[in-house]
Amino acid sequence: MTPALALEDLEVLYGPVPAVRGLSLEVGKGELVGLIGPNGAGKSTTLHAVMGVVPAAAGDVRLDGASIRGRTPESIARAGISLVPEGRRIFGELSVEDNLRLGLSARRKNGAVDPLADAYALFPMLAEFRRRQAGALSGGQQQQLAIGRALVAAPAVLLLDEPSLGLAPTIVDAVFAALTAIRERGVTILLVEQRAQRTVALADRTYVLANGELRMTLTPADADDTDKLIQAYLQ
Amino acid sequence: MIVAAVDAQTLVDAVGLGAVYALMAVGIGLVFGVLRLVNFAYGQLVMAGAYTLAFTSDWPIAGSILACFAVVIALSLAMERTVFRPLRTQSPAVMLVTTFAVAFLLQSVALILDIRDGTIGEPATSIASLNQAIAIGGVDVRKVTILAIVVAVVTLALLALLLAKTTIGLQMRAASTDFRTARLLGVRADRVIGAAVLLSGVLAATVAVILTVQNPLVAPDFALKETIVVLVGVVVGGIDRLWTATLGGFAIGFATGVINGALPTDKTVFLPSAVFALVILVLVLRPAGLFARTRTTVADRV
Repeated sequence: MTPALALEDLEVLYGPVPAVRGLSLEVGKGELVGLIGPNGAGKSTTLHAVMGVVPAAAGDVRLDGASIRGRTPESIARAGISLVPEGRRIFGELSVEDNLRLGLSARRKNGAVDPLADAYALFPMLAEFRRRQAGALSGGQQQQLAIGRALVAAPAVLLLDEPSLGLAPTIVDAVFAALTAIRERGVTILLVEQRAQRTVALADRTYVLANGELRMTLTPADADDTDKLIQAYLQ
Repeated sequence: MIVAAVDAQTLVDAVGLGAVYALMAVGIGLVFGVLRLVNFAYGQLVMAGAYTLAFTSDWPIAGSILACFAVVIALSLAMERTVFRPLRTQSPAVMLVTTFAVAFLLQSVALILDIRDGTIGEPATSIASLNQAIAIGGVDVRKVTILAIVVAVVTLALLALLLAKTTIGLQMRAASTDFRTARLLGVRADRVIGAAVLLSGVLAATVAVILTVQNPLVAPDFALKETIVVLVGVVVGGIDRLWTATLGGFAIGFATGVINGALPTDKTVFLPSAVFALVILVLVLRPAGLFARTRTTVADRV
């Protein structure tokens, strides 16, 4: 079966410095795949290359088999890949509802009676605060808004860049619970995270990246030994 | 005493001037919002509109105004396509200098077209008929002043509605705060920029009509002085936000009008000095802009 998202020998350069080197990985339809690694490993850069924010120097990115390399971020978003960016990047001066409406810009099929309903069902808080200025929400609420905003586009593939960064432990639980709920809806997910163990436990498989290269692949069975395995391998 | 009393007449004229400058400020601010580009050539769009009105003086007024809008809108879209778009990823300095070049290029083209009859300056005779005074409550108000105020209020209200209620308006607001994230959400950069440029063209054409009624002799430097003053006003108001930029434009127009009315006729030569002294004062006291909110960084709450 054609994977939902495939990277083939992807190379990304920052000036003369390679940030991602010959990275190949696949995310099958309906899978939740993790991408972990130390700071500067190239995790965020990989997501940015998928979205067309930074150019790929070599290799290819395929969405459902078709190359999307070289396309603009907006056309990639419209092709069916949504990114929940690091730092959430919500529009603080706009209302919660307007933030969600912006997410509709990438929605391919319109016709749902209320295209925002899915996001409200997943995060009832967003419905309650729909008229509130998004900047007035707490960090955890903003993260839910960022995820909801990506979801209303009805993406085939959802990319998340460190969604638990800077959140309190109970809120992190809520974010991971939301990821499970999103996977159950059949959305393919590629999750970049710092919380290695939780990611390994949640994901169908997790790739470990270091210095822009794929170093190892972990499965949920490795969850309890995640830190030991990574440390032993990256020494 | 140099400063005479500021009467109702002066206030009405000052509001009229402020209204025109506010329209120009919105036109400049809209493009700045999505492109981070200060379009110095904005005045030349107005100038092109004014020449169109002059060259079509023998047409019915409605046709002449229609032609003005068509020319200015076409020119702004052409400017975006040939200059702004290829330079979009360049530094703001490169873009600003390029708009200077475009401004002088357009002025030269205007001069070449203008001088064909041997003189510089073309009268826009038909449209000048709107420039008559009517008395309202003892105050002589020129029709064009009323026109300027009404048109500015209606135009700004329509624009506010468009930005608040439509999808493209929402996308423009998002793009002017964080274009990269907007694009990641599927907002088409070309469409948003095109819309901003189109609207700024409509505003430039509107301003061209009003200014030409006020000053029917059109020359290549038409609207040049106004553009510089409005650019200053936009910066003084706060260029980061559309409404502060607009208020800045209005404020500098209004201040110019009031100071102009207060100065005795033989002292109006000091008008620019007085206005710019005020500008310096504002920038010293409030460098972020007269109407800019003092930035409070909201701590990241969990």
